[in-house]
Amino acid sequence: MKAHSLYALGFFTALVLSACERAQKGAPSEGRKIVRVDGSSTVYPVTEAVAEEFKKAGAAAKAGLAYPVEVTVGISGTGGGFKKFCRGEIDVQDASRPILAKEMEDCRAVGVAYVELPVAFDALTVVVSASNAALSEITIGELKQIWAPEAQGKVLKWKQVRDAWPDAPLKLYGAGADSGTFDYFTEAVTGKAKSSRSDFTASEDDNVLVQGIANDRNALGFLPYAYYEHNQSKLKALKVNGVAPSPESVENGRYAPLSRPIFLYVSVAAAAKPEVKAFIDFYLANVAKLARQIGYVALPERAYSLAASHFASLRSGTVFGGVPEVGLKIEELLKREARLEAKK
Amino acid sequence: MSFESTLTVRVRRWRDRAFLALSLLCLALSLVALAALVGDLASNGLPRIDRAFLTSFPSRFASEAGLLAAWVGSLFVILVTAALAIPIGIAAGVYLEEYAPKNLWTNCLEVAMANLAGVPSIVFGLMALGLFVYRFGLGQSVLTAGLTLGLLVLPIVVVATRESLRAIPGYIREASFAVGGSKWQTIRHHVLPYSTGGILTGVIVAVSRALGETAPLVTVGALTFITFLPTSVMDPFTVLPIQMFNWVSRPQEDFHANAAAAGVLLLLLTLSLNGVALCLRYRSRKRVHW
Repeated sequence: MKAHSLYALGFFTALVLSACERAQKGAPSEGRKIVRVDGSSTVYPVTEAVAEEFKKAGAAAKAGLAYPVEVTVGISGTGGGFKKFCRGEIDVQDASRPILAKEMEDCRAVGVAYVELPVAFDALTVVVSASNAALSEITIGELKQIWAPEAQGKVLKWKQVRDAWPDAPLKLYGAGADSGTFDYFTEAVTGKAKSSRSDFTASEDDNVLVQGIANDRNALGFLPYAYYEHNQSKLKALKVNGVAPSPESVENGRYAPLSRPIFLYVSVAAAAKPEVKAFIDFYLANVAKLARQIGYVALPERAYSLAASHFASLRSGTVFGGVPEVGLKIEELLKREARLEAKK
Repeated sequence: MSFESTLTVRVRRWRDRAFLALSLLCLALSLVALAALVGDLASNGLPRIDRAFLTSFPSRFASEAGLLAAWVGSLFVILVTAALAIPIGIAAGVYLEEYAPKNLWTNCLEVAMANLAGVPSIVFGLMALGLFVYRFGLGQSVLTAGLTLGLLVLPIVVVATRESLRAIPGYIREASFAVGGSKWQTIRHHVLPYSTGGILTGVIVAVSRALGETAPLVTVGALTFITFLPTSVMDPFTVLPIQMFNWVSRPQEDFHANAAAAGVLLLLLTLSLNGVALCLRYRSRKRVHW
């Protein structure tokens, strides 16, 4: 290392350090405003689609804002996102389940109030390989028989669950224990979140599950609807309690209890910022169309107008009381939202 | 009966050849695995790489989605990492090897350094979340990410620096002292220049490691969807491995091709950084005349 390269290194270091200093001073005076969104990976595709359209449509300028607005979306999971949300680090939280009592407490402790906005429905889909000709439907009772913790090491063949099913080994695939999908499925099937047998192939990556199930005639697993929709040639969705998952059956509430609402939580403090307000207004006006495009089920029109009115009046709080709940139908959700409206 | 044909010699020759064959087989196996990986990545990813792919922001349509935010973010973060880890790492290595007295304190330092090199990267992420993001208020920024990765790869640079300083023969130092050079002059004009090659190797390894790190950056708050480029080190960011992971985990097949393309790009970025370092190393070695 000759003299000049050593000097170059020193110069480079000084340059970066001075850039740091300048940046620290200069950051707040920049014209650009950022709307920070974080949270669930299940809600991420929806928020991403809305954020993309928000920018494409120049919605910030149309809402009368004089400065450019950028939306950033992170994936920390619903739990991780709520931690940031209750610290006031982000403006909007993507949630694949309602806020829990513990998180409500955290938010209250630091004075973060929030508006809860249901934005779409997702259908957890029970699937087998497309090559599995023996099965086309299953009941929640049978799913419980298969997935309950007591079944571990005992329910090992299809025939044990229903006589008409083949005398073949039962291979199970499902979401990993850290995901909201796992929480919801176990709550809906066994009646208790996270209560499940553990001798199944688990993956946080749903594509791994798709591959595994598609290539194994004796496999059974569960997936978010979007993963089934894009792999219909490889997978077969089972009717649950006689109802096949589809946008229609979710919308009319017949695909229960495996359909679940997904939410946005907007901090009341952030909602006072014009750029956040512009983004949420745009979100509620466009999410129905975009959600359908990416394999989610839109709520009925009335749900969005209720949500918009909650947001406009900054009606804060949750309609769930902090307890996990499954099988909530759209009408029930609407009823509760309306009650919140009436209480005001 | 000639010496060549005695039984023991023939057996030994045979063993010799057998071992050579075994070694070649092992080498071939690892090369085949590597070639299969790179080949698969390239065949899926290469068709997807074009100008638009490199200059577009993320999108929900696989064909419109691009890597711009990710590769610029990666480069930016790596610059901060290098600016931190290289000078401090080399300085620490020089101190430990040339100046530090042999005592209990130095031994403790060395043990600490060795342990630091073995700490899982996620732990660095958690430390950075508490220290940089909250205590120092640096936020979820390029600077935080760069500092985190800088600390993560610091031990690599330190160890490489020490190894290559140790490889300089003692007589070089003695010769410098003999003509009246001070300790600093000796290090500055002789020891450091001659060990540049080894130090650069350490730097290559460090930078490549930092480029592929994901876990600590997720912890400190790297984003997934971002449609503007960082203009200062305090801006939010994303990096190549995170974008790649997001694409791999999508339901649409087309996004998987995007992920492969991002993998190819990450590979190219690492290779080209390594190429630069190799060039520098070659030049510095040529200039050394003992």
